[in-house]
Formats: sequence, C-alpha cells, structure tokens
Amino acid sequence: MIYFDKVSKHYGDTRALDEVTLSIAPKEFVSIVGHSGAGKTTLLRLLLAEEKPTTGSVFFESIDVNDLPSTSLHHYRRKIGTVFQDFKLIPNKTAYENIAFAMEAAGRTDAEIASDVPYILELVNLSEKAGNFPRQLSGGEQQRIAIGRAIINQPEVIVADEPTGNLDPINAFEIVEILKKINELGTTVVITTHNKGVVDAVGRRVVTMDRGKIVRDDASGRYVL
Amino acid sequence: MVGAGWKSFIRGGAVSAATVVVMTVTLVIIGALIFLSALLTFTLDSIRDKVDVSVYFVTTAAESDIFALKEKIEQFPQVEAVTYTSRDEALINFRARHASDQTILQGLEQLEENPLSAYLEVKARDPAQYESIAATLATTPALSSSGASIIDRINYEQNRDAIEQLTKAIGATRDVGLAVVIVFALASILIAFATIRLAIYTAKDEIGVMRLVGASNAYIRGPFIVAGVITGVLATLIVLILLFPAAWYGGAKTASWLGGFNLLTYYLQNFFFIFIILLASGIFLGGAASVLAIRRYLKV
Repeated sequence: MIYFDKVSKHYGDTRALDEVTLSIAPKEFVSIVGHSGAGKTTLLRLLLAEEKPTTGSVFFESIDVNDLPSTSLHHYRRKIGTVFQDFKLIPNKTAYENIAFAMEAAGRTDAEIASDVPYILELVNLSEKAGNFPRQLSGGEQQRIAIGRAIINQPEVIVADEPTGNLDPINAFEIVEILKKINELGTTVVITTHNKGVVDAVGRRVVTMDRGKIVRDDASGRYVL
Repeated sequence: MVGAGWKSFIRGGAVSAATVVVMTVTLVIIGALIFLSALLTFTLDSIRDKVDVSVYFVTTAAESDIFALKEKIEQFPQVEAVTYTSRDEALINFRARHASDQTILQGLEQLEENPLSAYLEVKARDPAQYESIAATLATTPALSSSGASIIDRINYEQNRDAIEQLTKAIGATRDVGLAVVIVFALASILIAFATIRLAIYTAKDEIGVMRLVGASNAYIRGPFIVAGVITGVLATLIVLILLFPAAWYGGAKTASWLGGFNLLTYYLQNFFFIFIILLASGIFLGGAASVLAIRRYLKV
C-alpha cells in the first residue's frame, strides 16, 4: 500500500536519503530503526508530503503523493494518522478539543464528535483528563492524546516518528501497547525509533537504515546495529 | 467558524489586545486624514470665497451705466457672479463696520456728501482666473454719456500678490498636509500588518499541526480571518468613541481661528460616512492582513 520508488532527498550536499526503495503492505507493523541522521524522519516526512523528494516517487495505494496540489493535500492526510516525538498538541486547546478538532477539520458533524471523542479518550485511558490543557498533562498522557487524535478519523495508516523518544520506559511501553492494539484492529503502523526495548517489544518487521540507505530488512526482526 | 474565531481571539489575550491597539492607532490616523482633508478644503473654499475683483466707480457714475457694465461682465466665461453695491449700501455697510468707532462716524457726519463709491464685486469660477478677469476689465471701455470713464479703480491690482500667495500657500499646505498624513497612514497600515503577522506567527506550529492532521486550508484560515475582522471591528468602535471627546475638545479650541469650521459639528454631520470608511478600513485591514500572514504557514 506504501511504496518508495528509488527515492533520494538531498539537503544541499547532504544526502539524507539515497535511492531508497521500500514497500509496506496493509496491516503491517513496521519499525524503522537507525542512528540519528540515518534518514528515518526524512522518510516519514516524504510520506506525509511535508517535503518533496529530490528524485524518485512515493506512492500511497495508486496516488503519487508528490503530485498532490496543496489544496487537496488534506484529503490525503486524513488517510494517515500522525504521531510525533514532541506530541505537537495545540497548547491552547484542551485534551478533548485537541482530539475533537481533528474530527472537525475532517468535516464531521457535531453529533459524531460528541459521541466519538469520549470513546477515544476512554481507549487511551484519559477520560478524567478531558478538560486539561496539554501543559497540565505528563509526557505519556500528552502522547496518548496525540495517538487519540491520530486514530479518531480511522486512518488506514498510523505514522509515528519516535513516539517514545521523550518518554520514560514505562510510558514508552504503554504507548507501544496502544500502537500494537491499533495494529491488531487492522491499521497499518509505521514507527521510527532508536529504542531497542521498543523494537524488541513489538517483535515485528524491522527496517534498518544507515546514512540514507536501507541496510537490513527483517520480517520478524530484533534491533541490530 | 465565527465561534472558533472569537475563541482564538479571546485566548490570544495580550497579543489580541496589542493588535487592537495598533489597529486603533491606524484608524485614528485614517480618521485624522478625513478630518484634515475636510478642514483644509473648507479653509481653502472660504478663503477663495473672500477673494474677488472689485470695480470701484467714480462717485458721479450713473447707475444705468454701471448696470450696463455689470451685464457685460456677467457675459465673461470665467465669471461666476457679479454683485452690485450702491453708494448708499456702501455707506450703510461702512457705518455698520465702524459702529463702535465714534471718531470715524463723527468724521463721516462732517462730510456733506456720501464719500463712498458704488462698486461691483466679481467672483471667478476659479481663483486662477482673477488675473485674466482683471486684465479683460482693464481693457473694457466703460464710458459715461459724457465720454469720461466711470471706473475709478480696479482693486485686483492692489491685492494681486496677496491673493496669489494665499492661494498658493493654502494649496501647498493641503498637498503637503495630505501627503504627510498619507505617509503616516501607510506606515501605520504596515505596522498593523506586521502586528497581525506576529500574532499569527505565534500560531505557526498550530497551523502546521492542523495541516498534518488533514485540516483543509479554508478550515485553518477561517478562525484567523474572523479574529482579524473582530480586531478591525473593535478598533473601529474604539476610534468612533474616542473621536467624540477629541472632536469636541479640538472643535472648541480651533473653531475661532479655522473660519467657523467646527470639528464636532463636522463629525456629527458626517458620522455615518466616517463610520463606514473606518469600519471598511478596519475590516479590510484585519481580514487582508490575516489572509496574507497565514498564507506562508499553509505551505506545509
């Protein structure tokens, strides 16, 4: 469902990605691992069409992602739920509003929002903090809100860039469990990480990157560098 | 969307307040531009009104000869109106003007005959035309039946330099004054734009997140534009209220030396016009600044 075709991305003289070819099937749980600067985040940014590749193409199903005009990009992005290392919650919206606005943005009705958001809050186990602003939540709680926001529109893929990067091991484990649950419900999950514990806890396909190239691709891998 | 705009305006707190203040200053300057242009136009008009060419006749001139000349002058294409003042009327005016000056009045009593001459006041359509009117008058023969000229003097010659310089000075004042205010208005419009851009800059990350979770450009832009328009409307209301005491105070202080131009009266008479201009400027500035400012952050 996701296909990177000989994708290169250069920033000046730096080659962040060098002719990467990678395909991801539906319902897979893929961990992309590697050192900082290996190109993991760049790969995700190209998938989200935050940036365009220097050469090559990125396909989502049959769509060439980089051909999408800015005005219709949002339709594509609603198929992908995104989770970031730094959560990227909106600071002046409450936990409830942070999840609700993603539905609002997708054009859902007020009735749908009123019925779905409490359900999602329950799923990420934060019902009692619905009225709190992000600064009043711990890192783990903020990341769970961010996951709630990512899954609220039932995307086909969840893309998580270092979702546990800012969290302690216990919170990180909780996040991994939630992502596994989401994957079991049929959603494709792609995460990047350099946390060995996280990769081993997932125990699924591992793609290892180094200096802009894919150096290893194991179907049920462990973290090896 | 209006609700979301209002909410983001309120949660903006100090930044929103600063934007309103800057916008208020901008609108005050635009208001001052309206006042200044009205004031200078009024002054110029009233001074132009005072300018004329007067033709004084010898005291022996017959009224019928004067009327014949008056009719002839009225035919000049540059002439707007000609008013006749008879010798008797001139005397009444003179007495009225010096009613408090007993010496002059007594001196007048001593004379056996009315010393004042009849005169015609000639108004031009355009002050620049006085010179050509005066020139034409000088060459127009105005003879009595006995063959002597009935014209004593034409006073444009005497006032010409003063009239010309006054016209030029007021014209220049108006041009320079308006230019200065327009420069100020442009500068403050730029500052208002920059402030709104700054307000939106603080929401830069938020806009990026909205784009990434699949919000359309219209959905993101809406509340910011609404907040910009709210800023414009609030600033307009503040300015309209502030202009009352300002016009009242300024009007009381300046009416005497502005030739009867009262700022407060002008404000009240043209309230609706000023209201519409300011409101339109406020809404346009707030809305347009928001659209322009947010455009660059929607590129994610």
